Amino acid sequence: MSNVSRSAAAAGWLRLRCILWALVPLVLFAAVGGFLYQGLYLKPRELPSALLGRPAPAFDLPPLPGKQQFRHADLKGEVSLVNIFASWCAACRVEHPLLMRLAEDKVLPVYGFNYKDDSEAALGWLKRFGDPYGRIAVDRTGRTGIDWGVYGVPESFLVDREGRIVCKHIGPVMERDLAEKLRPAIAAARAGQPVKC
Amino acid sequence: MRWLAILLQLLVLVGPAAAFEVDRPLADPAQEARAKSLQKELRCLVCQNQSIDDSNAPLARDLRLLLRERIAAGDSDAAALDYMVQRYGDWVLLKPPFKAGTYALWLGPPMLVLGAALGVRLWLRRRSGAEPIDTPLSADERRRLQALLAGRDDR
Repeated sequence: MSNVSRSAAAAGWLRLRCILWALVPLVLFAAVGGFLYQGLYLKPRELPSALLGRPAPAFDLPPLPGKQQFRHADLKGEVSLVNIFASWCAACRVEHPLLMRLAEDKVLPVYGFNYKDDSEAALGWLKRFGDPYGRIAVDRTGRTGIDWGVYGVPESFLVDREGRIVCKHIGPVMERDLAEKLRPAIAAARAGQPVKC
Repeated sequence: MRWLAILLQLLVLVGPAAAFEVDRPLADPAQEARAKSLQKELRCLVCQNQSIDDSNAPLARDLRLLLRERIAAGDSDAAALDYMVQRYGDWVLLKPPFKAGTYALWLGPPMLVLGAALGVRLWLRRRSGAEPIDTPLSADERRRLQALLAGRDDR
């Protein structure tokens, strides 16, 4: 190989190395940008439940006067939805028609925890907007709520036949949540398949 | 000037924000002190970047009282924290635990610093290697240099 072609090859290699080094900032920028972009769609307010796959925590709470009492034993035998609600909770009214539909269409039993509420107010609320709950337990102090890992109202838990929590929804259940998250989860829980949630 | 004086007087009235007081402190001062220090380690689930120690959310208050209940019932510090973790997950701890899921979190930054230090060292060594080495010219080289300086190449 002549000296000339050898030095040309060396120059080519040098240029390639320059280009590669120039790409480093671009690649770094793309990586950081990618992470930031992903961050736009994260929901840091929605915490994963620590109870997924675990038996629903036990509780022993009184019923709302004139309504059926919701007991821990009710959670076994059938896939059910447990909804935390309160008459003072504005977002609860948003999801309320959806819960009514679930109950009317007999999609699954819906149980309610009346959370830190005044029983009179709760009864008035149910009378005015309708009562989707087959059974209700009154959690006046919010202690059962803590046992269930509740940190806001409304929250909804899907419980499988064996009484295990298999899915948790934080905030009001919207049409889209029902279609994309809850209905598939209900179907999976009924089929005894692992629930994606 | 008068407004300034009034403003300054108003500023005096603004004290430092006091830590949120618990309405039912524990009777045993040692237990209360433990509860006080533990509640600084627990996250308020509602306000998220505050501890339950300095949040006035109703849930934070419930958790402060519950924490005291656990301590009064004889829970160790670890057991009381675990009680919360059972319900709200590791996220309730302001300081994440060191376990398989968090290795990247805890070990990542030191690894990055270590990697960067190694990189800088390699780079420095390579750069110093490229500098001229001052070994004296051989007799042959010296002769050639002389020849070049004299304007003829006798190779």
